[in-house]
Amino acid sequence: MGRYIARRLLLTIPVLLGASFLIFAMVYALPGDPIRALGGDRPISPAVAAVLTERFHLNDPLYLQYWEYLKSLLHGDLGTDFRGRPVLDTIERTLPITVKLTIAAVLFETVIGIAAGVLAGIRRNSFFDNLVLISTTLIVSIPILVLAFLAQLTFGLKLGWFPIAGTRDGIYSYLLPGLVLASGSLAYVARLTRTSVAENMSADYVRTARAKGLPRRDVIVRHTLRNSLIPVVTFIGADIGGLLGGAIITETVFNLPGIGREVFDSVRSQEGAVVVGIVTLMVFFFIFFNLVVDVLYAVLDPRIRYD
Amino acid sequence: MTDQQQLDLRKDEVEAGTTTGLASPSVDVTSARQNSLWSDAWGSLKRNPLFWLGSLLFVFFALMAVVPQLFARGVDPRACDLAFAKDTPSSGHWFGYDPQGCDYLSNVVYGARSSLIIGIFAVVVILVLGVLVGAIAGFYGGVVDGVLSRLADIFYALPLILGALVLLRVGPSTDIPILNTRGPGAVALALALFGWMTAMRLVRSQVIAVKSSDYVAAARAMGASNRRILLRHILPNAVAPVLVYTTITIGVLIAAEATLTYLGVGLQRPAISWGLQIEAGQDSIRSAPHLVLFPSIILTLTVMAFVMLGDALRDALDPRQRA
Amino acid sequence: MTGTTTVPVGPSGGRARTGELLLEVDDLHVEFRTRSGVVNAVNGVSYTLAERQTLAILGESGSGKSVSAQAIMGILDSPPAVITGGGIRFQGEDLLTMAEEDQRKVRGPGISMIFQDALSSLNPVYSVGYQIGEMFRAHRGTSKKDAKQKAVELMDRVRIPAAAQRVNDYPHQFSGGMRQRVMIAMAIALDPRILIADEPTTALDVTVQAQVMDLLKELQQDTGMGLILITHDLGVVNEVADDVAVMYAGKIVERGTVDDVFTDAAHPYTEGLMASIPQIEAKGGRLRPIVGQPPNLAAIPSGCPFHPRCARRRLGAEAAPGRECATDVPPLRLVAPGREAACHYSEEVLGV
Repeated sequence: MGRYIARRLLLTIPVLLGASFLIFAMVYALPGDPIRALGGDRPISPAVAAVLTERFHLNDPLYLQYWEYLKSLLHGDLGTDFRGRPVLDTIERTLPITVKLTIAAVLFETVIGIAAGVLAGIRRNSFFDNLVLISTTLIVSIPILVLAFLAQLTFGLKLGWFPIAGTRDGIYSYLLPGLVLASGSLAYVARLTRTSVAENMSADYVRTARAKGLPRRDVIVRHTLRNSLIPVVTFIGADIGGLLGGAIITETVFNLPGIGREVFDSVRSQEGAVVVGIVTLMVFFFIFFNLVVDVLYAVLDPRIRYD
Repeated sequence: MTDQQQLDLRKDEVEAGTTTGLASPSVDVTSARQNSLWSDAWGSLKRNPLFWLGSLLFVFFALMAVVPQLFARGVDPRACDLAFAKDTPSSGHWFGYDPQGCDYLSNVVYGARSSLIIGIFAVVVILVLGVLVGAIAGFYGGVVDGVLSRLADIFYALPLILGALVLLRVGPSTDIPILNTRGPGAVALALALFGWMTAMRLVRSQVIAVKSSDYVAAARAMGASNRRILLRHILPNAVAPVLVYTTITIGVLIAAEATLTYLGVGLQRPAISWGLQIEAGQDSIRSAPHLVLFPSIILTLTVMAFVMLGDALRDALDPRQRA
Repeated sequence: MTGTTTVPVGPSGGRARTGELLLEVDDLHVEFRTRSGVVNAVNGVSYTLAERQTLAILGESGSGKSVSAQAIMGILDSPPAVITGGGIRFQGEDLLTMAEEDQRKVRGPGISMIFQDALSSLNPVYSVGYQIGEMFRAHRGTSKKDAKQKAVELMDRVRIPAAAQRVNDYPHQFSGGMRQRVMIAMAIALDPRILIADEPTTALDVTVQAQVMDLLKELQQDTGMGLILITHDLGVVNEVADDVAVMYAGKIVERGTVDDVFTDAAHPYTEGLMASIPQIEAKGGRLRPIVGQPPNLAAIPSGCPFHPRCARRRLGAEAAPGRECATDVPPLRLVAPGREAACHYSEEVLGV
């Protein structure tokens, strides 16, 4: 197991480097004018341009530029916006909100999705099963953009069950946005679990478990569930990236001042450095989370530990 | 196929959403069996209501993209009169008016064209990239595979919306053709650039799975060249899951385009896009909800068409669901 | 009802006296109800098993041999399987009329089963020690520690080397033969009265096959359990079994001791099976398979189900009254002392 983790860690390093280089290259290395990339249509005087060129080493060869970029990254310096505020401060301010939102979403997705999937899977073709099938097809098709507005309109405005915006209501503020953010993933997790459980129920080792005279509960919980969860865990890990993208929309529509909305605002106000800084952070987080999921996968499935 | 390869294959299929990923795949590839795969699939499709519903919707929206005039009742989406701005639906104008006083029905209808074009164009690029890179990585293995897979991992670390967001943000200030316009080409390219990896992994897994089958060993023993084996024997096997993946992905990409446009980096005015319409309508959501509602519903139905079709295809083609 | 059964000592020499009657399968019928029709998998199968007896159930795939065994174990998937008739009496009590919970309690301590593919039949995510120990934890409430201890003892008993170290290993870390031993250990954990082995050696190499079969025989001698061996491998039957029941199209078509049946078949199907074994002396000659295909169980031929493939069939005018092979179903009847066959013309088959 230790070797497996070590190998995974080792493989992660080139990915981390490569991803940060990719972001770097997109902003600074594409043919064209990187100052415009940073500032967009904002008029930039030659003096400011000179300062920026100096600061970002824009006249140096590419590899030096990237090296400087990496160095400052490692020092936690993600640059500043055009008003001189460090990006790191902005992140510190907005990250906790997104973390809460994402946690809410992952909880919804995991708990509701797996529960619904298991219940549907053990009673194939029952009413509940068909209900899950139809509702998940519907939900998966509704883009988060649309769902966010719809949810806000119905559950927030018309029915008044949830706060429609802002973080004033403490934990309640995250319930509806969290559910919206989780919706597509929840539907997918439910379906995946359902099919996984249904297939596992007819697996040979389940037949053996029944032939051993084990009580039905043991057969389902011990022998079916753990095996069924393996593909689900894989999916949830890969899906976190999608959640990060969806957080941008959700925070914007529900007016939650998290890093997602910050990205949106920065795109709007053409703060290139902020966008790059936050996206880099999100990517690092995603990679790290995938590592955790890989380890979890190995915990669940001993076969991959010994390679 | 080693256990590890089998596990990888399952993992990739699950992530691509083309199947559930459990029992070992039975890769039996004589052409007679391939025929039976497709004829069995058709039989199963015919019986599936999702298939018919999805196909109906698909045809409906495809027509809407090709001949929008029919659906817009002949009204010009750009014939606007501010006097009617944001008016609610009426008998003459089923969807009411937008903030500029243009007929909303025709605007929503014309929005289908750009969305479908972007979705399909992006998927084509994804397919080309994914199949090429995946087949090469899977077939040649070794260092080639190592490098290509790491490359995919790197792109994979950037989620679709985020990566496309940054690229489209810097695009206009670069010198790269297509990318520096703010048109559908740029959006499609950006989406494809950050969406090709799953297709690549899928194809790669399939290639690896088939490569080590007895069938291919037999073909090799008969002296078939690498290229022939790849083209004639291996790739046809990958078609089924890739087809499922492609169909569903068109839906995903259409939704992504609307999202990017809403965020301001996708299509720009005066293009007609659902994302723009939703963005314009969000401030009036209380007073004139129809502005957000109608493009949202049509967008959802379009995505639903592809999701349903993809689902039906998956159920029909998944070897584990059959017999 | 119980009673002792003695089996006549055949040409192979003395054999241990078998003990009391353990199992009676009585006119069992099992159907599979599928979308494309009803499949008659088991059509009136009866057999008995006594202590220390090894009964082989021989047949091709689709003959119904596994289904009847799974019916005994109560692990058929229903739907689509439905037991439409008959009784299965274990130590006098009918399993089919018992409550589900009582049925479950018989599995493991009373009757247990091992399967063909040990890799897919063992759960890949739990250690072998855990899976063997489960028998004790679930049926006797043993503690985890004690169960593991017992698992090590069992692994020793089935001669898995370094049992104490390997008890925490996972199924995929064992070789095929060792995995099968793990399955056997699981099955005999609670000293069952009957062990059903469904194609236990089909997936194994020949040398490993022999080891596994020896192990089963040895365990049987130690514990006195009855052994039902389901197989299509004539060689294994010959080596290990006392009695054999040949199945075709969901029915038993011949029954007797292995010696009797193998030296001189009483049913054309058995005859065909024996003739199809490649003989080393006949090198250079042609192989002689049974012509035709196994029957489609959704459309079993009328009359004798074997008649389309039978070289000895009598149709129409050639047939004796009431014994027309295409229309009259031959009953399983006594054709010689201690031997039954389901053929209208068994006497001819025997005589040849």
